[in-house]
Amino acid sequence: MSLFLIVALPFLGALLPGLMNTAGRAACAGVTFTVTLAALIGLLTNLPAVLAGEVVTTGFDWIPVLGLNVTLMLDGLGFFFACLILGIGLLIITYARFYLAREDNMGEFFTYLLLFQGAMVGIVLSDNILLLLVFWELTSLSSFLLIGFWKHLPEGRQGALMALTVTGMGGLAMIGGMLILGNIVGSYDLSVILQHRDMIQASPLYLPALLLILLGCFTKSAQFPFHFWLPHAMAAPTPVSAYLHSATMVKAGIFLMARMWPVLSGTPEWFMIVTSAGLITMVLGAVIGLFKHDLKALLAFSTVSHLGLITMLLGTGTAFGAMAAVFHILNHATFKAALFMSTGIIDHETHTRDIRRLGGLRKLMPITFVIATIAALSMAGIPLLNGFLSKEMMLEEAGHTVLFSSPYLVPVLATIGSLFSAAYCFRLISHTFLGPVRDDYPAHPHDPPLGLYGPPALLVVLVVVIGIAPFLVEPFVRTVTATVLGDAASLSKAHIKIWHGLVPAVFMSIAAVVGGLIMLAAFKPALRLWDAAPRPEAKSIFDAIIFACVGLAQRITHTLHDGAFTRYAAIFGVTVVAYGTFAWHTGTIGAATRTPQVATPVQYASWLMLVTATVGMAFLHRNRLLSLMLIGIVGLIVSVGFVFFSAPDLAMTQLTVEVVTIILLLLALNFLPNRTPVESSVVRRTRDIAVATVTGIAATVLSYHYLLRDTVAPSISDFHLANSYKGGGGTNVVNVILVDFRGFDTYGEIIVLGIAALLIYALTETLLGGPVRARLLNRKPDQPRSGNMHPMMMVVMTRVIMPVVLMVGFYIFWRGHNEPGGGFIAGLIVSIAVVMQYMASGFSWTSARLRYPYHGVIGAGVLVAGLTGIGSWFFAKPFLTSDFTYVRIPPFEKFELATAALFDLGVFLAVVGAVMLSLESFSRLARRAHVPDTEHPMDIDPSRNSDTVEA
Amino acid sequence: MDILSLANTEFFVASAIGILTAAGMYLVMRMRTFPVIMGVSLLTYAVNVFLFASGRLVIGAPPILTDAETYTDPLPQALVLTAIVISFGMTAVVVMIALGAYLGSDDDHVDDTVSEDAP
Repeated sequence: MSLFLIVALPFLGALLPGLMNTAGRAACAGVTFTVTLAALIGLLTNLPAVLAGEVVTTGFDWIPVLGLNVTLMLDGLGFFFACLILGIGLLIITYARFYLAREDNMGEFFTYLLLFQGAMVGIVLSDNILLLLVFWELTSLSSFLLIGFWKHLPEGRQGALMALTVTGMGGLAMIGGMLILGNIVGSYDLSVILQHRDMIQASPLYLPALLLILLGCFTKSAQFPFHFWLPHAMAAPTPVSAYLHSATMVKAGIFLMARMWPVLSGTPEWFMIVTSAGLITMVLGAVIGLFKHDLKALLAFSTVSHLGLITMLLGTGTAFGAMAAVFHILNHATFKAALFMSTGIIDHETHTRDIRRLGGLRKLMPITFVIATIAALSMAGIPLLNGFLSKEMMLEEAGHTVLFSSPYLVPVLATIGSLFSAAYCFRLISHTFLGPVRDDYPAHPHDPPLGLYGPPALLVVLVVVIGIAPFLVEPFVRTVTATVLGDAASLSKAHIKIWHGLVPAVFMSIAAVVGGLIMLAAFKPALRLWDAAPRPEAKSIFDAIIFACVGLAQRITHTLHDGAFTRYAAIFGVTVVAYGTFAWHTGTIGAATRTPQVATPVQYASWLMLVTATVGMAFLHRNRLLSLMLIGIVGLIVSVGFVFFSAPDLAMTQLTVEVVTIILLLLALNFLPNRTPVESSVVRRTRDIAVATVTGIAATVLSYHYLLRDTVAPSISDFHLANSYKGGGGTNVVNVILVDFRGFDTYGEIIVLGIAALLIYALTETLLGGPVRARLLNRKPDQPRSGNMHPMMMVVMTRVIMPVVLMVGFYIFWRGHNEPGGGFIAGLIVSIAVVMQYMASGFSWTSARLRYPYHGVIGAGVLVAGLTGIGSWFFAKPFLTSDFTYVRIPPFEKFELATAALFDLGVFLAVVGAVMLSLESFSRLARRAHVPDTEHPMDIDPSRNSDTVEA
Repeated sequence: MDILSLANTEFFVASAIGILTAAGMYLVMRMRTFPVIMGVSLLTYAVNVFLFASGRLVIGAPPILTDAETYTDPLPQALVLTAIVISFGMTAVVVMIALGAYLGSDDDHVDDTVSEDAP
């Protein structure tokens, strides 16, 4: 089966459990099982190729610019891990079907599980390391969902958060490491990277890359000092712990170390860091584990310890160490998953996991007893079980490892680790199953149905089979080890055997087992000693660090971004100017290439008006009506400027927008206070003037300098000028750009405009539906109102002029393709004509004559523009391809018909709708505020004097 | 630099941008909504003119295809045209929000950090 399909199956399958949720628990689990089985079978079809030493690859380019390609590769190592993930996955799914309670949402659980499974398979089959990183982060996210599956448990949520924080942080570090690695080699493909051992190790960036990647691996695989998250993640449902924390997720870090082994290992740095971290983790985990009373916590620390063991083996950098590591990964997955599931059974049947409340279960749960005991003895390293074999190999390897120039350090610590490991295994067996039957269990324990004990039983069979006949798996282990080693080392000659003769490892093994038994016998005094000893509590340290980080982040954020617009406007202005000044002083500034144009008297006059109005606004802004007039002047001069500098379209747009903006602000000012009171101190105003002046000077200098220089790169405008008529059929290049070349942009812009108008409408509705409405109804205007609400002259004038304005709009619209004009300007002109009706004849008169609601007009506009774009699909052209032709209908002149005009019609409608909907919304507020207006011109309101506030 | 040498078209436009920016920045830093909206409008003018000027200042050569030799750069014009219309929409939304806030609380202060910091 294609590798794509193997990776994709769990992800696609993740859609199914949710859908099957209503079909029952069996169907839900069944479909998950089938998906996983299909992926596993697909994987197994590649077995012959893998055993033959081939590397199966497939891939396509995803984002080649970034070097991010979907390339997958299946070699021995990937196959091994994928097999573990999918195989144990099948057992876990079966187990979970019976484990989860009726009130648990099984569809949700299996969806998360499949997502996680897909991400894990993705990690082990990725060839591209960036793709691998994507999957890596996906496992962090999906495991977050799984760990926190029981959302009602605070420990579950906190544990999930801690796991996500730690592994997510490690993942971030790893991204950095992988990018460095990719940069050194010049490729992000593992198959290429693995060929460049010498280049990578010679690079000065080797150490940073190594540290960052190891940070990712250590956090994921719970290595010291990041081991603390794993026990807290035990708040997850047991199937999750059995899956994530025995066979899969925590092995991802190990997998990556094995994957990168050929290029990263063998250096003193690698040896020192990885071996010591592994060794410390192994001993520490084993010691803490012994004294845990929660069965799952005990297992969690034993997992930490065993992961440390594997890490240490990878750290030694020898071929034998790698083989032992691979073998132990397999063995640990079998016995630890079996143990987790057994613990789950005990928890399920007795309703407690506290080892102090258990004991004597041997008689009550004989099947569980056999399964758990075999698995635990294997973990303790008892002969004829698989754990013994790999532990022997580990001790053998430890015996040859010299760390910190001491030949005794590693062997002694490894033996101590094994001793404690044996001790907690014995404690698990004896304190849970042995001893007298008690009568105070929280529930009545008995053996579970086959669905619960079947999966661990199957694993235990494997434990025994491998333990007795290791030669069955040896070829496979050697194949996997060969791919781990790559070209860096050749496979060890040593064989996996039960009896190697009286080598030192045998004595270390005996010492560990005997020591473990003694430890068990002396458990009570040891526990007292342990409880008396001061120990740092990882969770409180973690919480304190998180609290400090959040506090710091909040302080910085609140200082810079406190929600007051004024503050960050100032910060922004000053920062931009500071950066600009820095660039100004460090960069090179080319000589002026354009000659300044001589100013004319008209320019002097316009400039003077603009400056007067602008400066006047700053000083007289407290009088709001006055500042509105001044901004009108500014807008007018800007329009004049556009005319002067060859931009007739802009001038027309600016002029019309100016009119509607002023009307809008007048409507708003109707409700707002007329004056802005003096509030800020002189110091503050001086400071603001200083900031404003500096930004103003900066803007002037920047503008002036670039106005005197030509563009650095040739502009793309020449293309538009050359193709406007040929390709777009119009001579007004600006309009052709809007409706044709960049039609898609314009399409987006009219949608934005429409949304803005709808937002205003929605806000108005909210205001009028809330307490503001009453306030508006009771409000008294603060200005004396005009005597005649609808002056006769104005009413007549606007009504007469209406058809004329519409005609002008039509004309401006129609000529837009070739002369200044177009949909935007025509839309604004028509809007002004309609607004004038509102102003002169009143709201009720106008809205009574309104045929189409403005929402509909906006929608129609967007729809017309969109359909015009879609129309081109029918001619097998991309969206918004335009076409045009010339027709002649006597007695008219020959004229042009373009699809772009249809698009422009959409723009026109959207603009009319948006502008009118905004203004209408504002005036609806006003309408609520006063007595209902009337339809008749020159109506005098007799109440006008009585309800004016005496100022 | 001789101050008279600055009396040219380019400097007029550049200084206009600068003065619009300065006044806009000053008003944006006021404490009431209305002057802030006015300030944003002034900044909008400044930005639009700045963008427009990136096509450089050309007199008497509109981008309407005729028999003329040169045309000014049409692209900034097209960008600024939509920017002007969109900025109307944005101004309208901001005014509406300001109005709603004022009508709801009888207070048109922008700067209410005191109440935000309180627990």
